[in-house]
Parts: sequence; C-alpha cells; structure tokens
Amino acid sequence: MSSSVEALVNKEYKYGFVTDIEADSAPMGLNEDIIRLISSKKGEPGWLLDWRLKAFRGWLKMTEPHNWPNISYTPVDYQALRYYSAPRTAKPLGSLDEVDPKLLETYQKLGIPLTEQKLLAGVAVDAIFDSVSVGTTYKAKLAEAGVIFCSFGEAVREHPDLVRKYLGSVVPASDNFFAALNAAVFSDGSFVFVPRGVKCPMELSTYFRINAADTGQFERTLIIAEEGASVSYLEGCTAPKRDQNQLHAAVVELVALDDASIKYSTVQNWYAGDEEGKGGIYNFVTKRGKCVGVNSKISWTQVETGSAITWKYPSVILQGDNSVGEFYSVAVVNGRQQADTGTKMIHLGKNTRSTIVSKGISAGRGQNSYRGLVKVLPKAASARNYTQCDSMLIGNRCGAHTFPYIDVQNSTASVEHEASTSKIGEDQIFYLKQRGLNTENAISMIVNGFCKEVFKELPMEFAVEAQKLLGVSLEGSVG
Amino acid sequence: MLEIKGLRARAGEKEILRGIDLTVNAGEIHAVMGPNGSGKSTLAQVLAGHPAYEVTGGEVQYDGNDLLDMDPEVRAQAGIFLAFQYPVEIPGISNAYFLRAAYNEIRKARGHEEVDSMDFLDLLEEKLRLVEWGPEIMSRAVNSGFSGGEKKRNEILQMAVLEPRLAILDETDSGLDIDALRIVASGVNALRRPDNATIIVTHYQRLLNYIVPDRVHVLSAGRIVKSGGKELALELEAKGYEWLEQEVGAAS
Repeated sequence: MSSSVEALVNKEYKYGFVTDIEADSAPMGLNEDIIRLISSKKGEPGWLLDWRLKAFRGWLKMTEPHNWPNISYTPVDYQALRYYSAPRTAKPLGSLDEVDPKLLETYQKLGIPLTEQKLLAGVAVDAIFDSVSVGTTYKAKLAEAGVIFCSFGEAVREHPDLVRKYLGSVVPASDNFFAALNAAVFSDGSFVFVPRGVKCPMELSTYFRINAADTGQFERTLIIAEEGASVSYLEGCTAPKRDQNQLHAAVVELVALDDASIKYSTVQNWYAGDEEGKGGIYNFVTKRGKCVGVNSKISWTQVETGSAITWKYPSVILQGDNSVGEFYSVAVVNGRQQADTGTKMIHLGKNTRSTIVSKGISAGRGQNSYRGLVKVLPKAASARNYTQCDSMLIGNRCGAHTFPYIDVQNSTASVEHEASTSKIGEDQIFYLKQRGLNTENAISMIVNGFCKEVFKELPMEFAVEAQKLLGVSLEGSVG
Repeated sequence: MLEIKGLRARAGEKEILRGIDLTVNAGEIHAVMGPNGSGKSTLAQVLAGHPAYEVTGGEVQYDGNDLLDMDPEVRAQAGIFLAFQYPVEIPGISNAYFLRAAYNEIRKARGHEEVDSMDFLDLLEEKLRLVEWGPEIMSRAVNSGFSGGEKKRNEILQMAVLEPRLAILDETDSGLDIDALRIVASGVNALRRPDNATIIVTHYQRLLNYIVPDRVHVLSAGRIVKSGGKELALELEAKGYEWLEQEVGAAS
C-alpha cells in the first residue's frame, strides 16, 4: 500500500503559480511612515490614518503570542516584510472591462472568472489581489436591492459614515497582536452592507490571492446586516508556492442587528508548504461576529485545508436576547501543517443559543488543536450551548488536541460538550477496497462522511468544491 | 474458477494457513468448516487480499490469473466479494451513496458506463426485496448503528447488487436469529447461477440447512483435513470437531 501512497503525497498544489505583473510596492519594513504611505496611496481621510497610527502604537507594546497556542514557529521578522503591493495600473478602474487581462487570466486559472457572463449564476465576487481589490462583479444588480458590496477602500471613499460607525466595533484595534497589526496596515478587503429588511438576492463571495513575494496580506472585511436583513457570504483563498513563509493577518467583523442573519463560509486553501514544512502561509486571523440585536443569528462555517500554520477562532458575541451563534468547522492538517483553531461563544443576552461542531482531521505529521471557549455571563439566563468536537487521525505520526474552556456564571444555563477521537484504520480502508474503491477514494469517502455535518452547512456550489478539496489535501496521507 | 495450491499465510510471526489445496468450479457452493482458530476466516481474508496477512507460499489462480498479485480493489472489480464477519461502519455516508459508488467502480473497471442515481434506485428496489427490506435502509449511514443482524443482511444486499462471480461468506450466520438466517440464506440461494460460485465459511452446520453445499471441507490447524459431500456437515454436527481431530490424529 505505501508505495502508491508515497507517490500521491507529492501531488502538486495546483494554485501554486505566480502571476508576472508589475507591482507598485512599499519598501520593506514597518514604521509610521509606511502606514502614512499606505493611507495616502488609498486616499484615506485623516480619522482613518489616526486610527491606524493609534493601532500601530498599541501594537508596538504587544508581543507575538507564542505561549498559549499549540503551534511552534520562528517569530516573524516584521521588518523583513512589505506591507503594500498592488498591481500597477495606469488609471483608476471604472469597470471590470478595464481590469488588466493578466489579472483576469489569473482568476480564470483559479476557477474564478470575473467577467459576469461567465460567472456562477447568483454569486457576486470581489477579487482581492495582494493589497487591493481588482474588481467586484454584479455591483449594479446588488445596488438595485440596496445592498452595498464593494472593496473596503471604495467603502471608505463612498460610505465613510458607515465605515466609521462600525469599523473596530466588534474587533477593536487593541484586541490582540495580529488584530492590532492588521488595524495599522490593513490594505483592502470587502465591505458589505445589507439595509433594513433586505434579503441579499445572491451569494456574496470574496476571493483572496497572495501573489507578491515577501508581502503580507492584511485584509479587513466588514459585514453589516441591519434589522431583518440577511446575507450569505463566502471567501476563498490561494497563494503561489514559495520557499519563504508568508504572513496573512486578516480581520473580519460581522454586525447583526435585530432579526438579522449573517452566514459566513470560508474555504481556505492557502499554500501549506512542502512535505518537509518549507514555505507556506502563516494564517493568523481574527474573525468575530456580534449579534447586537434580538433574535439575530451569526453562523460561521469554515473548511481549513491550507496554510502552514492556522491560528483562528471565529467567534460570536451573543448580546441580543434570543440570538443564535453557530460554528461549523473542518480543519485538516497534513505534511507539517499546524492548526490551532476553534471558536468563542460569549453569551450575554437571555435565552441565547450556540452550537459548535468541530471536525479535526490530522494526517502526515500534522498537529491539529481545537480550542474553544463557551462563556455564559450572569445576565444570560437560560443560555444554551451544544458542542461536538470530533477528531480523526490518519497514520501514526500526527496529533489531535482539544482545549475546551467552559465558564458559566448563570445557573439556568445549560452547556453540553461531546468529544470523540477516531482513527482511520486498515480495516475501514480494506472494507471499501473490497467493494472496488481504490485507497484514495476509500479515504475520501470516510473523511467526507466524517465531515458531513459541516459540509451540509455550506452553500451548495461550494460544498462540492470543499469535498474535492478535502480529497486532494489528504491524498497519500496513509502509509 | 478458483484453484488454491499449497497456500501458506501468516499474521505477524504466527503461521495460520499451512498448505491449503482447494478447487472451486463455476456453479458450485463450497462450505469451509472448522473449529475456532483453524484458519477459516484467515483463508477468506487472504483470498480478498487483507494487508494484515502475509502469503508465504503456494499459489492461487482465479480465472487463470494470479490472484495473489492483484490489489484488493482489483480482486473486487474482477468479481470477488467478501461478506465480512465484522462489517465496518462508515458514519456520514448513506448506504445508497456507498453502494452506488461500489457498483460504479466495478462497472468502470469492466468498461461499462456508470449509472446515475435514478437508474440505480430502480435496480436497488428489486435487490431490497431479496433481503426483505424497505427503501428507508438506504438513507441510513453504512452499518452505522445497525444491529449485528442488520449488518449481515446489509452484506447480502451488497452482494446482491454487486453480483459477484465468487462470493466468500465469512461466518455470515454467526449472531443471526432464525428469521435473519432464513433471509440471508434465501438471498444467497436466489443469487446462485451456473456461472458463479460461493464459499461459505462457517463454524456451525445450521446455515447449511438452508444453503445446500456441493462440497464440505474441514479445516484444522491451517490445513484441510477432510472433504466430502453435504452429509459431512451433518456428521460434524452430530459428533463435534473433536471426533475429526482424533480421527486425523490417529491416522497420522
């Protein structure tokens, strides 16, 4: 069995190509002048520059978190990175037709056509290339419904009041080391605003691509659903294969007012490094939603298969009474990948409910940790949480770890935690092979079955992609 | 169809099969009996290609090909089916999805087109009747939360769908109540054709009340020590395996 498996292990990461495009980049290193440069390139108002500088000054006093996460890596040299890189364009873009053909080709190769006639019906896409958005599709159609979907930079220019009102309201600039860094240097990202009573007429999607070498990607996404509004949003990510580690430190903030609902799905497939752990993305991301209003709902679904290191805890603050928070996660590590991921559900309001379903898959020499906090504050009467945390091991050299934290300060709350660990065994694979499936298909079937509860939460078009991605990520993981 | 000559196999350091000779022709049903630890389940697993066993000697020809040289999935695609003694659970994958995947893998390997889920459902309907099941079983996850009897019945359903040339039933009768035993047996009988063959591995004679074998072989300490017609099974039932072991011991 092992020889065929060895061959499969070296399967190419098919998104690892580099686009040869002239870039407008900031010099290496990080200081206040770089931040002023970023802000001026983006033509930002003074209040935003001040917000960035304040974040930067705070960040200087913070230290990279190395003690508590179950990951190990050499500390990042923040002066050896570039904090801004944009494809050079002659003039500001008026429409998608003016996008550099090389960029269109890049997204075509990634399976994300940006010309609207070729798009997946019913999905609007914002494409982020290194530090800037290169185009957003279906803007006009969305505008008819009153939905704003644009790059963050454009939102700052066109809708400054909305940005100013909500920016940092869920993840303050001082929240943590990586969130502070992002606040100081964030480049672009997506902005979504769904006004009162509007059900967003199509899926919204952002596709993140890191291209330039030695460049960090620091996008910032802000989604606001007003009273009774609803929206489903999906992000996808890839990067070229490079020998150096690359830093990705994003912040996502979600705000749901009364009766609003936001569904946020991620399919993360950043370059994971080679089988010896060389190269790959450091994915240090802060994602948090706030159910501000009563009866509001925020649901995170993530399929994390890429990155050398993943450090990420999409969370929900359940402030409004009867609000609902959900977290559905599949995290896969293979090769030398490390993931420390999970969620925080903070119950503040009465009768708030949260559900956590985490599926961790460890293969190769990967290390996978689930870290979750369920916190019920004194006023959260009758709060309920259900947590299910399952780990699957493939092979003998990987690890699965679980770090659940439960803090209940109201005696009427109920919190349930279930956990299991299983191992794909020779017998399971043999059973499927005896029915005619090869090893690869057998593993893919077992793993997809294991992840089913999470996949069914994904929008349909992407559930199929996620299943395929999982198959590719795990090819050759049994030896 | 199947010709086993001097087959030896071990699990770890322990030699379990110590020279098996057995020929199975198309249209025949063979029963392999023997006490616990005699090697009968190992024989079934080795024929299917389980990686836990290492073949240390002998040869196996299947339709003129070297069976031992084939990967387990290739054996399955070539028509060898093992009804497992302990069927494996696959949570999250429906019985229908799993069975169609298996059916299509085997069709693909034989150069046939895959069938879509609608056509497959038609085919299933007839097979489900054979094991006296309704369609609801197909939406349950494979063997997940099934009772012991249901798991065995599910093996027979899979066999009915995959229509093997050579079916090997590994203690399919163990742990079955009398109704389940009857259903399993009638399934096997219904699938009997002049161009396929069945090997029934069993400890007890009772399944052979329902499925009449052409030949009965008794395994002891990794060898076939006696072969005969269907009456041998009855004799074993009446006298016990000790009788045979004594007889073999006296003869040697």
